[in-house]
Amino acid sequence: MFNIVSFIPKAVVQGIPLLYGSTGEIVTQKSGNLNLGIPGVMYVGAISGVIGAFNFEQAVKSYEAANAAEIAAAAASNSPDAFLTYGVPFLSVLIPMLSCLLGSLLMGLLYCFLTVTLKANQNVTGLAMTTFGVGFGNFFGASLIKLSGADVPSIALTNTSKYFSVKLPFAESAGWFGKIFLSYGPLAYLSIIIAIVAALVIKKTRVGLHLRAVGESPATADSAGINVTMYKYGATCIGCMIAGLGGLYYVMDYATGVWSNDAFGDRGWLAIALVIFTIWKPDMSIFASILFGGLYILYLFLPMNIDHMEYQQLYKMIPYVVTLIVLVITSIRNKRENQPPASLGLPYFREER
Amino acid sequence: MGNTKPDNSRIPAVQMKNITKRFGLVTANSGVNLELYKGEILALLGENGSGKTTLMNMLCGLYFPDEGEILINGKPATIASPKDSFSYGIGMVHQHFKLIDVLSAAENIVLGLDEKLDIKKAGAKIREICDKYGFDVDPNQKIYDMSVSQKQTVEIVKVLYRGADILILDEPTAVLTPQETEKLFAVLRKMKEDNKAIIIITHKMHEVESLSDRVAVLRKGKYIGDMRTADTNAAEMTDMMVGRKVVLNIMRPEPVNPKDRILVNGLTVKSEDGITKLKNVSFTIRSGEILGIAGISGCGQKELLEAIAGLQVVESGSIEYVDDKGKREQLLGKDPKQIRDMGVGLSFVPEDRLGMGLVGNMDLTDNMMLRSYENGRGPFTDRKGPQRLAQSVVNELEVVTPGLSTPVRSLSGGNVQKILVGREIASAPKVLLTAYAVRGLDINASYTIYDLINEQKKAGVAVVYVGEDLDVLMELSDRILVLCGGEVSGILDGRTADRQEVGALMTKVGGNSDGKN
Repeated sequence: MFNIVSFIPKAVVQGIPLLYGSTGEIVTQKSGNLNLGIPGVMYVGAISGVIGAFNFEQAVKSYEAANAAEIAAAAASNSPDAFLTYGVPFLSVLIPMLSCLLGSLLMGLLYCFLTVTLKANQNVTGLAMTTFGVGFGNFFGASLIKLSGADVPSIALTNTSKYFSVKLPFAESAGWFGKIFLSYGPLAYLSIIIAIVAALVIKKTRVGLHLRAVGESPATADSAGINVTMYKYGATCIGCMIAGLGGLYYVMDYATGVWSNDAFGDRGWLAIALVIFTIWKPDMSIFASILFGGLYILYLFLPMNIDHMEYQQLYKMIPYVVTLIVLVITSIRNKRENQPPASLGLPYFREER
Repeated sequence: MGNTKPDNSRIPAVQMKNITKRFGLVTANSGVNLELYKGEILALLGENGSGKTTLMNMLCGLYFPDEGEILINGKPATIASPKDSFSYGIGMVHQHFKLIDVLSAAENIVLGLDEKLDIKKAGAKIREICDKYGFDVDPNQKIYDMSVSQKQTVEIVKVLYRGADILILDEPTAVLTPQETEKLFAVLRKMKEDNKAIIIITHKMHEVESLSDRVAVLRKGKYIGDMRTADTNAAEMTDMMVGRKVVLNIMRPEPVNPKDRILVNGLTVKSEDGITKLKNVSFTIRSGEILGIAGISGCGQKELLEAIAGLQVVESGSIEYVDDKGKREQLLGKDPKQIRDMGVGLSFVPEDRLGMGLVGNMDLTDNMMLRSYENGRGPFTDRKGPQRLAQSVVNELEVVTPGLSTPVRSLSGGNVQKILVGREIASAPKVLLTAYAVRGLDINASYTIYDLINEQKKAGVAVVYVGEDLDVLMELSDRILVLCGGEVSGILDGRTADRQEVGALMTKVGGNSDGKN
């Protein structure tokens, strides 16, 4: 029996990393940069967060070990250690977040330096960054696993994860409503806020108008006095940071703090497919990501004959097939507003006008 | 003619002193002095590559001069970016419109401004400007829905919206019909009365004479001189531009023994998205004759030529080739190569010049080979023939190139066009289709091309000439076919047709009286 109340929350948690990735990529693409490095950026965002969390957890452990006596005494006197009570929860969220943002920002800067400043080919740069990002993630992932001395090929950061997966207070008591709408960690809600803000900025503000202009025709934007380089750098770096948070959400909330190599899989590519699916609209991406998330795990909810496991692969294909169909439909309808930014993927030389 | 004389005792609105700009080893401008006064229209003349656009780009902040200084209203000004340029009240309408297709007129107009984004308020201000100068712009219309002349209007409103009182227009009439040009000139004259300073770049002498108060001439990046338009004439201005005497007559030899060469009957062509591009077009192309095709750009000229050359899918109709013995052969259904082998040469110069016909990254010899790649034995191509051909084109047409192995991309527009036309002519065609053969070329290079076309005509080739400059078209063609919205609006005799008549036919099928203003 298909249980919709348990299916939707699963689809949502699958969809959130995709939402981060696609929002980031939309912001990037609106500036005319086709960043195919997003899957790599999400890996780097995730592992940077993991590195930050791992080091912080180690630091907390040695603090506890060094001050065991004082902590015990403080607990006994009913005035618990201030650092452990207030500092640790705060820093457990802040440090992985900042490391994640920093890691993704560096990837964004690298991409911009290559494609905007040095005018390298965007496709090649992006693909190289994906390969690099996945390798970077796996290398440090394996190193941390070795450092932690775990006997399974993964590293669990449950102490950090518990702060990332705090549920809203009424999630348990509100029945099906609570399960569907309230049962997610803060980063999930943040992703929706970011998507809405991104949509508003692109559609309604001056910055958004300028950004669209840069992506459509950098020469026009340039002659209108818009700093093309600044917008391209800005949009791409912010886009990478948003996408990086998707990686962080995946590890800290979805995977409950467990990093294992290659677990993130091909979600980065799905995020890029979503950009086309939503015809470059972050607000549409909220629903589209949840739909894709649902399609991604649909096979788990369908009756499965154990003799025919290959059918699973067919179901897993659905998101990509849907993207192809959307591409076909938008190409046939040929509405100008639904086309990709006109200068997408092209470097801008001022002299070549 | 300008009745308001610039009062030279006043401070110039723009004064450029000893401006020099280099790009690597190339000096685009060297020691240029230019003055522009309020309430005057200055025509800036010069051949292609003489540095007009570079000079103007320094005023509008896209380039920064290497040497020299710019004074605005008598005060030294540093124009390092387009923003600085706006702040000095300078606005430029570029030759290739700087508009974003998917945005509305209002969004394009406020683009880059620091004010609060309020499209409604902007729309009101745009309407105000439109009322003042007699423009017609719908602020909410998307650019991709607009005609060329509407787009240009948006460009001008954009400049005025920023409060510009110094206007630069780079070849504004290249894409307009005579009627639209007159309308533009009326607006410019009104702005002049409004005490604005205007610079206009154009290659069309009669426009210089009818519009400007003063002309300034550049040659090879150097400032040659300026004079009052009233005191000079087209011949003198051209001589100054070129640096030697130029004969400004387009020959029109009588057709020699014209015979029907291609019969087009009831040709209908639809684009991929189902829009009718040509509707029931019928005409005859004759040997030893130049058939000019006039029309607003995008009226089916491209589709017509491509249909004849076999590059376009045809909905209905027939195109028949008549050989010397009078035998008719259907061209439809033949592939481009078969048509070419029959002697139909297409020299089509698209908007981006290199797009069709030449490969930018390949050198001269290789581009010649695009027509002869099937010659040669076995899997190897024959390079000697094309090399000889390239050399002869370079020699005969005076192509300026460092060598035969230079990529075509790095040559200037005029030279690229000479190579393209030269190659087509070298294949000794029976029919020569040319479109925009002189697009963007200066007077001198244009006349070389006209001579080439006339020589072909004398040799008995049937020439189809699609052009933008109506005056040239009317001087060159034996007959003029006017297209309007994909229909034949009229076929006139080139010797008796007049501008207004052609203009009226271009805007309305069959023409009408209100076209003759």
